[in-house]
Amino acid sequence: MPFELTTYQAYDFANRRHIGPSPSEMEEMLKVVGFDSLDDLIDATVPPSIRQKDALDWGGPGLSERDALYHMREVAEKNQVLTSLIGQGYYGTTTPAPILRNILENPAWYTAYTPYQPEISQGRLEALLNFQTMVSDLTGLDIANASLLDESTAAAEAMTMAKRSAKSKANAFFVDENCHPQNIAVIQTRAEPLGIEVIVGNPDELDPASVFGAIFQYPGTYGHVRDFTGLIEKLHENKALGIIAADPLALALLKSPGEMGADIAVGSTQRFGVPMGFGGPHAAYMACKDAFKRSMPGRIIGVSVDSRGKKAYRLALQTREQHIRREKANSNVCTAQALLAVIASMYAVYHGPDGIKAIAQSVHRKTSRMAKGLESLGFEVQPDVFFDTITVEVGALQGVILNAGVANGINLRKVGETRVGISLDEQTRPETIEAVWRAFGGNMQDDSEANREYRLPQHALRESEYLTHPIFHLNRAEAEITRYMRRLADRDLALDRAMIPLGSCTMKLNATIEMIPVTWPEFSNLHPFVPEDQAAGYYEMIADLNDKLCQITGYDAISQQPNSGAQGEYAGLLTIRNYHKARGEGHRNICLIPTSAHGTNPASAQMVGYKVVPVKSDDHGNIDIADFREKAEQYSDDLAACMITYPSTHGVFEETVQEVCQITHDHGGQVYIDGANMNAMVGLVQPGKIGGDVSHLNLHKTFCIPHGGGGPGMGPIGVKAHLEPYLPGHPEYGSSVGPVSAAPFGSPSILPVSWAYVLLMGGNGLTQATKVAILNANYIAARLKQGYDILYTSETGRVAHECILDTRALAESAGVSVDDIAKRLIDNGFHAPTMSWPVAGTLMVEPTESEPKAELDRFCDAMLSIRAEAQDIIDGKMDAENNPLKNAPHTVADLVGEWNRPYSREQACYPAGSLDVDKYWSPVNRVDNAYGDRNLVCTCPPMSDYAEAAE
Amino acid sequence: MTTYYSEEHEWITVEGDTATVGITAHAAEQLGEIVYVEQKDGGDTFEKGDEIGVVESVKAASEIYAPVDGEILEANEALADAPAKLNESPEGEGWLYKIKLSDTSQLNDLMDLDGYKSFIA
Repeated sequence: MPFELTTYQAYDFANRRHIGPSPSEMEEMLKVVGFDSLDDLIDATVPPSIRQKDALDWGGPGLSERDALYHMREVAEKNQVLTSLIGQGYYGTTTPAPILRNILENPAWYTAYTPYQPEISQGRLEALLNFQTMVSDLTGLDIANASLLDESTAAAEAMTMAKRSAKSKANAFFVDENCHPQNIAVIQTRAEPLGIEVIVGNPDELDPASVFGAIFQYPGTYGHVRDFTGLIEKLHENKALGIIAADPLALALLKSPGEMGADIAVGSTQRFGVPMGFGGPHAAYMACKDAFKRSMPGRIIGVSVDSRGKKAYRLALQTREQHIRREKANSNVCTAQALLAVIASMYAVYHGPDGIKAIAQSVHRKTSRMAKGLESLGFEVQPDVFFDTITVEVGALQGVILNAGVANGINLRKVGETRVGISLDEQTRPETIEAVWRAFGGNMQDDSEANREYRLPQHALRESEYLTHPIFHLNRAEAEITRYMRRLADRDLALDRAMIPLGSCTMKLNATIEMIPVTWPEFSNLHPFVPEDQAAGYYEMIADLNDKLCQITGYDAISQQPNSGAQGEYAGLLTIRNYHKARGEGHRNICLIPTSAHGTNPASAQMVGYKVVPVKSDDHGNIDIADFREKAEQYSDDLAACMITYPSTHGVFEETVQEVCQITHDHGGQVYIDGANMNAMVGLVQPGKIGGDVSHLNLHKTFCIPHGGGGPGMGPIGVKAHLEPYLPGHPEYGSSVGPVSAAPFGSPSILPVSWAYVLLMGGNGLTQATKVAILNANYIAARLKQGYDILYTSETGRVAHECILDTRALAESAGVSVDDIAKRLIDNGFHAPTMSWPVAGTLMVEPTESEPKAELDRFCDAMLSIRAEAQDIIDGKMDAENNPLKNAPHTVADLVGEWNRPYSREQACYPAGSLDVDKYWSPVNRVDNAYGDRNLVCTCPPMSDYAEAAE
Repeated sequence: MTTYYSEEHEWITVEGDTATVGITAHAAEQLGEIVYVEQKDGGDTFEKGDEIGVVESVKAASEIYAPVDGEILEANEALADAPAKLNESPEGEGWLYKIKLSDTSQLNDLMDLDGYKSFIA
């Protein structure tokens, strides 16, 4: 056989690895859809008037995986990893190796979706319930949520929560001047549009009658440990609420916020095993007294029962949230920090209360030795009572000492002009302490045996127990926790097992190669406030990513600060608001939002003080142009913005988008284009060129950051040049515009994921991905239209990158609800599509470009078999109540019990699509939602309940 | 004793210048299993159209709008612990408020049972 040269491109990441269907599969799929070529399909789907003229191109094809890693390694090495003792909310920590490998680096955990479908999410729901129990215990408060974006936004959320809950009619909020500067700044940003007056001051000068609430930092940013009991009593006398922002590690030793009478506690669980990552992502927490639980923002995990009466977890009290309450929601928060909360909770499970206490004591003792050494060198160390942070008065020596610190490999904190701050942590070694002493001019040896001093007085110490639940008292063998993490992961259905066809969520491939750099020390071990030259690699990466995102979107500038899509919306609207104000048009406060918009849109508009005016959709699901024009004219003088989603939330490229933008601009408003559906546009349409002034990009959708079971996310915003001066700033960078997040670049340690993606794909690959995403959606629509009505299509009969299956007819004819179909899909081995949004009683399917034809077919077969089961009910062949749809999902408990159903075990458990020996078994039967909300339990139930459940 | 119905799906049963207010069976059915009721306190006054409470099911939250002007005499406290009463007996034990009417002429703007039946048909 002669030697022939192959044309196969083995290292073509875009077409070999990221995009699912092979070229020959695409040909077959195009036949089903009815087109000769992919480009013909795209031409018929995307209106020509909005197509971008020039191809997306960054000078060459996408990189191979090897070349991408090589390039990223080069850039990463421009970051210098020193030991940062800067503190200010960010501390060194050791991620236990079993947790690093089995959770942070494990796709079973990081590719999972938010646990809205409880039956297939029992593993992470349990881990998050552990998180809530841990937070509730440490803070001494009744109920905790399942994480917030960062400590600063949690503090701001606590402020608005106090405003909703306090009986005081005052309009001012007090902020302890010892709060971390970024907490103060984010609170100020949030307060201003809501008309809340922020008083920053010394707690001793607090006038409790003038405020509806107050927040104190514990320990303070300069190290002070203070008992706030008396102050909180005075606040309560004046019907105001007391909030404490507390370091959870300190709470292992110190009196808890609950014991001081606090109503709400917030903080960051970063130092529970989550690397600093130049600012994030980390899980913030919030806990409160039971009386305020309905005012609490964010997701809350609760305990309920399944249809067999067995214990099962679920998301509780969802009616507080934006997806139901819209502008009346407690907050716009949607994506939080689930993966990081899971890591923090496992850190507590791994160490248990004894371990956490030992770590806290060790940190304190090291700090005591540090202080004593500095005192012996003649420095004045403050405060007298501290946990892990001290502040040293150094006068004119400040610059010298900070530089000497860097020369010794240590970053210290610059405090004012004459002081230096030092925060120690779990990772501090004797050598670290000695290096700091050297920076202060001392050449001593650290001796933990000779110096066993404590600087915490008895009255400051905690006497109450914490982490008492048996889950925090597992045998400490690594075998035990490794198996525990594996058991939890096995309960869940994530992208590593099956397609997750969630409309508007873009559950695409999170390639392993994209995840590799995240845990490189050069990215993960940087403090957010290191000197700029130490983060040169980060700046280079962010600049390059921003440049590419600008080319993709047609915008002129990007802010990477927002930590989630919803926060991007908020940041974008705030930018618009600042722009109007600067032009003397600050009175503009009307925001037009189509009724089909995602709930975060109105919730975000409310947070900048905008009044939401809903705009109707027409029969085709498009914005009703006549209604839009009428509202724009009616509110012309006050029109601030419109918020639209493109392609529409109905999954259609509307022909009229430019007209909508033009009308808004004609009436003085700015156009916010929600980037949730950007995956249908990359390389084909630029939101910044069709009339958008601002968009957020969900990097955790379109740009491959994994969903992590409900976070982390990243929601950077792109803006046109006229808005650039009004983008969020940060106090660490001396900006005049306030920040929306704790860290200047939000959650930068996950940006390597998106950066790797755009490097690997190249402009061509990204464009091809968009086209295939559209092909996959149209293929599903073409195959499923024999069983279901496709609700909205364009004038040419096409869908964009997702499609809506109308199942309402089955509710009437067969009594089969959208829930029944979603739960039956679990038996088929799938996560359900998006349910009842944007249209009640329907399913929205988004396959993404990453799914190969075989997986799309498996899904279509499953959906059609469900349709056939519904037909049997309609035809009277199957009982209307006792059938596979109503009884879904089926569990092993069903199989081994008495079988008296009018259908077979095989039909129950092995419907089309289920994978024989690889079948996914739901760990619980259908979860009772109402029971969980009527009997709210949000901490780990006692073991006796497990025993009862087992009976 | 006469019962009227509002377009916001509340019922109001009037005796003289006091009345009992609740949500209709139709509204309760639409909401599904009700898990929480947020109520105003006795003594609060309100005008027609004001929000006087929220009824929540697992998947929806619905504001309750005052069908007339008046003052709350009593809120049905039993609902706090047993919100399911709103599903079981929305027009009986699941009542929300006893109120005092400010202006009985406003009742003329509401529907009778037949009117409401054709309204929801």
